[in-house]
Amino acid sequence: MAILSTPASTVRLASQGRPLKEHLFRIALLASLAIAMIFLVVLLVYVVTQGWSRLDLNLIQNFPSLRAVNAATAGVLSGIMGTLWVVALTALMALPTGVLAAVYLEEYADKTKWYNRLIELNIANLAAVPSIVYGILGLGVISRGFGLGPSVITGAITLSLLVLPIVIIAAREAIKSVPPSIREGSLALGATQWQTIWRQVLPASVPGIATGSILALSRAIGEAAPFLLLGAATLVRFNPDGLDSSFSVLPVQIYNLITNSRPEVQVVGAAAIVVLLAILLLMNSVAIWLRNRYQKRW
Amino acid sequence: MAAQHPATAPGTGRSLARSRPRYGEAIIKALLLAAALVSIATTVGIIYSLVEPTIEFFQAVSIGQFFGSTNWGPLIKPATFGVWPIVVATLEITLIAIIVAVPLGLAAAIYLSEYAKPGVRKFFKPVLEILAGVPTVVFGYFALSFLTPLLKDIFPFLNLEAKNALSAGLLVGIMIIPIVASLSEDSMAAVPNGLREGSFALGASKMLTSIRVVVPAAFSGIVAAIILAVSRAAGETMIVAVAGGFKSIFTFDPTNEMATMAAFIAQAGAGDLSTGSIPYKTIFAVGSLLFIITFVMNWFSARMVQKYREVYD
Repeated sequence: MAILSTPASTVRLASQGRPLKEHLFRIALLASLAIAMIFLVVLLVYVVTQGWSRLDLNLIQNFPSLRAVNAATAGVLSGIMGTLWVVALTALMALPTGVLAAVYLEEYADKTKWYNRLIELNIANLAAVPSIVYGILGLGVISRGFGLGPSVITGAITLSLLVLPIVIIAAREAIKSVPPSIREGSLALGATQWQTIWRQVLPASVPGIATGSILALSRAIGEAAPFLLLGAATLVRFNPDGLDSSFSVLPVQIYNLITNSRPEVQVVGAAAIVVLLAILLLMNSVAIWLRNRYQKRW
Repeated sequence: MAAQHPATAPGTGRSLARSRPRYGEAIIKALLLAAALVSIATTVGIIYSLVEPTIEFFQAVSIGQFFGSTNWGPLIKPATFGVWPIVVATLEITLIAIIVAVPLGLAAAIYLSEYAKPGVRKFFKPVLEILAGVPTVVFGYFALSFLTPLLKDIFPFLNLEAKNALSAGLLVGIMIIPIVASLSEDSMAAVPNGLREGSFALGASKMLTSIRVVVPAAFSGIVAAIILAVSRAAGETMIVAVAGGFKSIFTFDPTNEMATMAAFIAQAGAGDLSTGSIPYKTIFAVGSLLFIITFVMNWFSARMVQKYREVYD
C-alpha cells in the first residue's frame, strides 16, 4: 500500500541525490560570486574605518591642503565643485547627443549600408578605448589645439566624448525594447516617422534612457585619468567660476591625497573616497530602482 | 480625386510613399545623423591628436632605440627611450588581472545564467553592477594601503615593495570581473533552451550541460568578453598609477614597483611639460602604442560579437 500511494518516490527518472561533483561545482560557482561580494563589503568597511575620523563638515566646506598641520580641517570643496561643474556640463552635452545618435541608429539607419555599420562598430570600439587616451585627445586637440587651455570646458568636452558611447549604447537598448507594433500602430494612424518617434517611441523608452544616463554619469563622476593630463592635477584652492576657469575634480584630489606620504593627509583622502562612493551608490540605487519600477513588459 | 491620388494601383508601379517631400523630417534625420557622426569625429580626433606628435617624436628618437632598448627614462637626464620596460609591465599586470578575472567572471556568469533562481539573480546582479561602478582610483587606494600590507604580512618571503605590480594586477583583475561576467552571461543567455533540453534528454547532468553544451555554444561571446577585459586591463590607469608606481626598470618580477604605459602617460602628463618638447611628444608616442594595442583588441572583440551574435535566432 505504501508503495502504491507514493509512486513518485519509487519511479524517479533522475538519480536520487546528486553526485558530489555536481554539488562542488555549484558551490564553486556560488563562491566566485561570494568573493566579489565579500570584496565589495571589505572595501567599503575599510574605506569607512580609514576615513572615519575626518568624516565631518569641514571635509565638504574647506579647501584641500597637503600640509600635515591642516590635515584636521582640510577638505575637498574645490574638488566637489569642480566635479559638479564638469559633470553638469557633460550631462548637457553628452545626453542629448547620445540619445539623438541612438535614435538615428535604431530608427533611421539602414543596416545594410557600410557607413552605418562603420558607425556602429566605431561606437563599440570607442566604448573600450582607455580613458587615458581621451585625456591625450583632450590635451592635444581640445586644450592645446583649440587653445581652450586647462579649463572647465576642456574637461567637460573631453568627459562628454568619453561617456558618449556609453550613453548611445544604453539609449539604443532602451529604444530597441519598444516593440515594433507600437511604431506600426502610430504609422498606420497617419503619424510621420518623427511624430512616431517623438510621441511614442521616446516616451516609452524614457525609463531605460534615464537608467543608462545615470550609470554613464556615475562613470563620469569617478573618472580621474583624463584629468591628470588636463591640468587638473594640482590641488586647486578655489572653486571654478566659469567655463574658462581652472579646476580640479574630486577623484583627482583623492589621487593626490592618498598618494601623499603623510598618513594624516591620506586619512582626508579616505574620507573623500567615502563621499565619492556615497554619491555613486546613491546614483546606482536610483538607476536600479528606476529600472525595476518602470521596466515595462510589452 | 481617386485619379489624382492613386494609392498603389496594382501593376502601375506607383508606391505608397508620400507624394511630396517632408523637409522637416529630412532636416531632423540629418540632425540625428550628425549626432551619430560625433563618434566618428571622436575617433578621427584621437588619431589626429596622436599622429603628428608621434611622427615628430620618431624624427627625434629612432624606432630602433624605441623598440631595441630596455632603458626607459624619458623624463630624466640623460633621457633614454627604450619602451620595453613599460610594455612588459603592462603585459604582466594584464596577465595577473586575467588570471584573477577569467575564472571568477566565467563562474559568476555560469551561475547567473544556468543556476540562479530569479531572486538570487536580483541580488547578485546589482553587486556586479556596483563593483563595475567603483572608481578605479578607489581600487588603487585599496591595493596600496590594504592589500599590499596584507600580502606583506602573509607572504613576508616575497619582499614586496610598497608599490608593486602584484597588488595592482590583482585589483585590476577584480575591476574587470564585471566585464567578463556580464558579457559572457549575455551570450550564455542567448543559447537556445533546445540545446539544454537535448543535453538533459541524453542524460547529462546540469554541470555537464553547462560545461559541454552552454559554454561551447556561447564561446564566441565569451572570447569577445575576455578580449574586451584584456583591453580594459591594459589601458587601466589609476590603479597602476596609485599601487603599481612609476619606476621603470626592465624586470619580470611582479613584486617590484613598475610603471605601465598608462601609468607613464599619467605621470608625464601630470607634470607641466612644454608643448613641443621631446618628453611631451613621448606621451603621444606611448599613447599611440597603447591606442593601437587596445584598438586592435576592441575591433576584434566587436567584430566577434557582431558576427556571431544572432547565430541561434
